[in-house]
Amino acid sequence: MIEGETVHPYERFLRRGMIPHIWCEGCGNGIILNCFAQALEDLNMDLDKVVVVSGIGCIGRISGYTNTDSFHTTHGRPIAFATGVKLANPELKVVVISGDGDLFAIGGNHFIHAARRNIDIQVICANNFIYGMTGGQYGPTTPLDAWTTTTPYGNIEHAFNLVHLAAACGAVYVARWTALHVRRLTESIKKALQKEGFSFIEVVSQCPEIFGRYNKMETPLKMTQWFKQASQVQHFSDPAKAEITPEKITVGEFVDIEKPSYGRLLREMTTKAKEK
Amino acid sequence: MATMEKGKLALSGQHFMNGDIACAEGAIAAGCRFFGGYPITPATEIAERMARRMPEVGGVCIQMEDEIASMAAVIGASYAGVKAMTATSGPGFSLMQENIGLAIMTETPCVIVNIMRGGPSTGQPTMPGQQDVMQARWGSHGDYEIIALAPSSVQEMFDLTVEAFNLSETFRVPVFVLADEIVGHMWERVTIPEAESIRIVNRKKPTTPPSIEYAPFQPDHDLIPHMAVFGQGYRFHATGLTHDEHGRPRTDSSEAQTRLVQRLCNKIRKNKEKIIRVENVMVEDAEVAVVAYGIAARAALSAVRKARAMGVKAGLIRLVSLWPFPDVQIAEVLGHVEAFVVPEMNCGQMVREVERAAKGTPVAFLSKLGEEPHRPSEILNAIDGVLKK
Repeated sequence: MIEGETVHPYERFLRRGMIPHIWCEGCGNGIILNCFAQALEDLNMDLDKVVVVSGIGCIGRISGYTNTDSFHTTHGRPIAFATGVKLANPELKVVVISGDGDLFAIGGNHFIHAARRNIDIQVICANNFIYGMTGGQYGPTTPLDAWTTTTPYGNIEHAFNLVHLAAACGAVYVARWTALHVRRLTESIKKALQKEGFSFIEVVSQCPEIFGRYNKMETPLKMTQWFKQASQVQHFSDPAKAEITPEKITVGEFVDIEKPSYGRLLREMTTKAKEK
Repeated sequence: MATMEKGKLALSGQHFMNGDIACAEGAIAAGCRFFGGYPITPATEIAERMARRMPEVGGVCIQMEDEIASMAAVIGASYAGVKAMTATSGPGFSLMQENIGLAIMTETPCVIVNIMRGGPSTGQPTMPGQQDVMQARWGSHGDYEIIALAPSSVQEMFDLTVEAFNLSETFRVPVFVLADEIVGHMWERVTIPEAESIRIVNRKKPTTPPSIEYAPFQPDHDLIPHMAVFGQGYRFHATGLTHDEHGRPRTDSSEAQTRLVQRLCNKIRKNKEKIIRVENVMVEDAEVAVVAYGIAARAALSAVRKARAMGVKAGLIRLVSLWPFPDVQIAEVLGHVEAFVVPEMNCGQMVREVERAAKGTPVAFLSKLGEEPHRPSEILNAIDGVLKK
């Protein structure tokens, strides 16, 4: 270490040899990584027992940066992979962190079924409304009329309302925050990590370099100003009415229920099968 | 007959069972404790057997939402330290190709059973086929080597499934059990050995305690890295991207790409003699050799015996393993074999490999599609035909 340098407070959560990261300046992904590290710190989690799984895309690289066991899967498949990990070793805390395209376009089927099964995993989605890594194509959360390289006349597809989808599929904990809500996001991650069953947190995240530039919010400040102006904290409001619009981003907790997880039911079934 | 004792790991004794069930029992005997699959004819009985047996032996069987997820979950379970398998047929095998590539790239020990039916597409779900043998070899994108075994009896469904696990654990590579619908569904006597006499191989564990220096993809002299699993404190990273020995993505280095991909190929190519299994019957002095596998090999054996009874010097080269292809074993017979006959339940797949290895020796191909396998008389006629040429 160079004299005068200070150790980053999250040093122990970051994998040496992987930094510098690939993310653009002003990207929300770093904030999500920060909040995740803070949550692990606050809960004093044993990092040897945490597995971070990600898919493909900008946020997909996060598994490489976390100083835990980690796996960077094929596009859309982190939840299916995480299901295998969790069932094979229930002692592990398995967290999926991935993007909106990965989890809800190519990986949508895995999301809905893992939520339905109530697999004991935590899913954090960085929703930046666009495919950033490939240069800015529209995805399943791109707002109507938004400009992307594959919607050159404006987006004509309706966007997924992710918290509504997660709630409908049976997730036991559902929350949405923006990358501006650092403390609340951290608290939600902590809550999710302690929850039995399938939990889902959507992080509305800024992509100033691509989504922002294409849509008249070309700086991190402009994007986060949108988050600040549009966000309304409404805990346990109806997720069906929480579509993200230019005027309003409903944030908060939407679902926090108790329901037997797949792991619990599996253990009970296995005990019964052995007794028979 | 042995009774099916509940909860026993290996059902040692003699049984009458079908190929799919024997395959499931072979997996359990080999130590498989995770099965992720999706119903598909004619492989469903494997999933059904696993659903009943996995809880009894302390394992997990989950029916995933599709074969893409099944393959992903199998890789996850293997990285969590549990021997894992999936079973499918053609359409599901197509869906699995993406994550089979991931298993190859991340050197994941796992077993994929394909009970082959008639294709392309939905094809003939209840009819046999041998149409996926090239897909097994080349179905995922990029360059790689895999291992494939081809049982031709219910006993071999048990034995070769055990062997598939052992090979996958040894070489850290997905191993395919490529059976056809007939082998999967036919009922035969199976002898399951005592558990202690079943050879079980487990993956190499790291020889050093967890440290920041641990390199999860640093190969040994045999080109195969030791494998830590999740939760042991190694805190390692694995990725489908081209990576270095530490698992760090190396997407812009030709040298890293060359080193990794060549090693993934060479760890199989340089160990062929430990993998390839060929059963030669009356081949030593044969003038005609039938090269066959799976159900076609049984009619071929009958045909070769009939030919011998008629004074024709015929032999059978039965491919117990399909991939890597036994070039050396074919070359060994070129001195005396004047022609090859290759019966397959497809339009000509492994025959291309035989032609390549035959180096100009004539090769006759005998295609069969649909319900009925080759008849011994058809193969006998083909033997007769190549000798008259």
